[in-house]
Amino acid sequence: MKERNYEELQAVARKVRMNALRAIYAANSGHPGGSFSVTDILVALYFDEMNIDPKNPKMEDRDKLVLSKGHAVPALYATLGERGFFDVEEMMTLRQVDSHFQGHPNMNKCPGIEMSTGSLGQGFSVAVGMAIASKMDKKDNFVYAVTGDGELQEGIIWEAALSAAKYQLDNFIAIVDWNGLQIDGNVDVVKKVAPIDEKFASFGFNTIMADGHDFESLLGAIDQAKANKGTGKPTVIVAKTHKGQGVSFMTDQAGWPGKAPNAEQFEQAMKELGGEM
Amino acid sequence: MADVKKIATRAAYGEFLVEEGAKRPNLVAMSADLSGSNKTDGFEKAYPERFIESGISEQDMYAEAAGLALSGKVVCASTFAMFAAGRAYEIIRNSIAYTGANVKICATHGGITVGEDGASHQTFEDIALMREIPGMVVLNPADAVSAKALLAETVAADGPSYVRLGRANVPVIYDENEIFEIGKAKTVKEGSNVTIIATGIMVADAIAAAETLEAEGISARVIDMHTIKPLDEEAIIKAAQETGAIVTAEEHSVIGGLGSAVAEVVVQNCPVKVAMVGQKDCFGESGKPADLLKKYGMTPADIVAAVKSVK
Repeated sequence: MKERNYEELQAVARKVRMNALRAIYAANSGHPGGSFSVTDILVALYFDEMNIDPKNPKMEDRDKLVLSKGHAVPALYATLGERGFFDVEEMMTLRQVDSHFQGHPNMNKCPGIEMSTGSLGQGFSVAVGMAIASKMDKKDNFVYAVTGDGELQEGIIWEAALSAAKYQLDNFIAIVDWNGLQIDGNVDVVKKVAPIDEKFASFGFNTIMADGHDFESLLGAIDQAKANKGTGKPTVIVAKTHKGQGVSFMTDQAGWPGKAPNAEQFEQAMKELGGEM
Repeated sequence: MADVKKIATRAAYGEFLVEEGAKRPNLVAMSADLSGSNKTDGFEKAYPERFIESGISEQDMYAEAAGLALSGKVVCASTFAMFAAGRAYEIIRNSIAYTGANVKICATHGGITVGEDGASHQTFEDIALMREIPGMVVLNPADAVSAKALLAETVAADGPSYVRLGRANVPVIYDENEIFEIGKAKTVKEGSNVTIIATGIMVADAIAAAETLEAEGISARVIDMHTIKPLDEEAIIKAAQETGAIVTAEEHSVIGGLGSAVAEVVVQNCPVKVAMVGQKDCFGESGKPADLLKKYGMTPADIVAAVKSVK
């Protein structure tokens, strides 16, 4: 078991949430709820698990992450910025004309973005294609696909899950940001996808449950997923999260996926997240 | 053209894949459960480690194709045109074209010559759908020779393309060594009174129509517009200026396809009369390809009539 400084990761995650919110606030548009639920997952991957080089984003044999839930990209921009792919202040142009920081990720505009996503479900399938390519080329890298739970309502996810099992993609790790909410409400009510782990298990995946806001749990799960290499089975980590995690009035609120805070809410949220920048 | 050799463009695609696979170790072929029909089965036998059988899931196939291409592969992914351009449209748009992924959408069974399978499998909308996507190259070869040549060109170029291939055997109209360039129309017959701009399998019909017209004293130029995008605007403008009237011929809807593309150029540069031969805003049905082409107005006789309407 490698030694890990969870407090350091927590501090990074606080910064990531604050920068994501600052950018959303400046744009007066964006998705804070889904960005905050996925933040710790992204920090765990980019600050601990993934073999990447911020100075050489296209490094051969790097690990790849496709943010299939592309609307949460403020969290990814903030994570990449914090990790050194670019100056994090650049992302304050989020969603403005001429910005490299599009409302949904564009791989051709921003370093470190592995795939342009936004239309839900596709990123998962594209990541499966990347994992097949790695297998063909006998590469050792991992390909991660990060999805929402509402996103699992897209049929292409399950088409791609069949492919991942067929091609024995033990280099493919899907992480479900299980925050339980989608724009129209509770996922269980809108169109239930639970039990997520059992569905993936029946599709031929190794399944791991994790607490998506606890670094010990998350990193343990990712370590275990990597250790599945050699089993010939893809892995899904179902990470229980809270939409809007870190800000009391956004937490578990269905209304927060798709709107920016007002001035008062912004002040309050920044205070809760850890003070002035 | 009674003795002319007939080969389906999909068959030429199958041969091309096997030959090209030997030259390009990073060439990957994909199929969605129709490898015998879309002719990827030869590649599958020759290079099983580079063949992906996606099963009946076209959307997944094209998204995975993007992932493979963005990892350095050149991907030829095939299914019927209906399910490529139609069912997987938004995946092609967002995951392939928007990223610039090097995926060649080699769609077989375009148009009404699908025949007996009927309307659910006959697409007349694919060229329209594909040509409006930014950056998408759209090719519609007329015969086996041009199909192979254009496939070789598009596989050698980086970026997405849509190649429409047919089910039915069609006349070989070009010599084996004919050279083709993407975006450069081919004048297959000179003429001065009217220009027939045809694409895909309608090129052979346009040549036949021009021969009939010639006998009646009308000199028709015939252009093979094998590339719908980027469109050879120069050839269209020149034809309008020099011959004064244009007829388009396509095995596709007259809404949004070659006819529309040509008209867009003509009205903006040198307005002349344009008549369009193609599917007329209706669905197809089951039948023999020749019977369907006749019923839905895509024969040499229809081209001749259209020429007379603009002269």
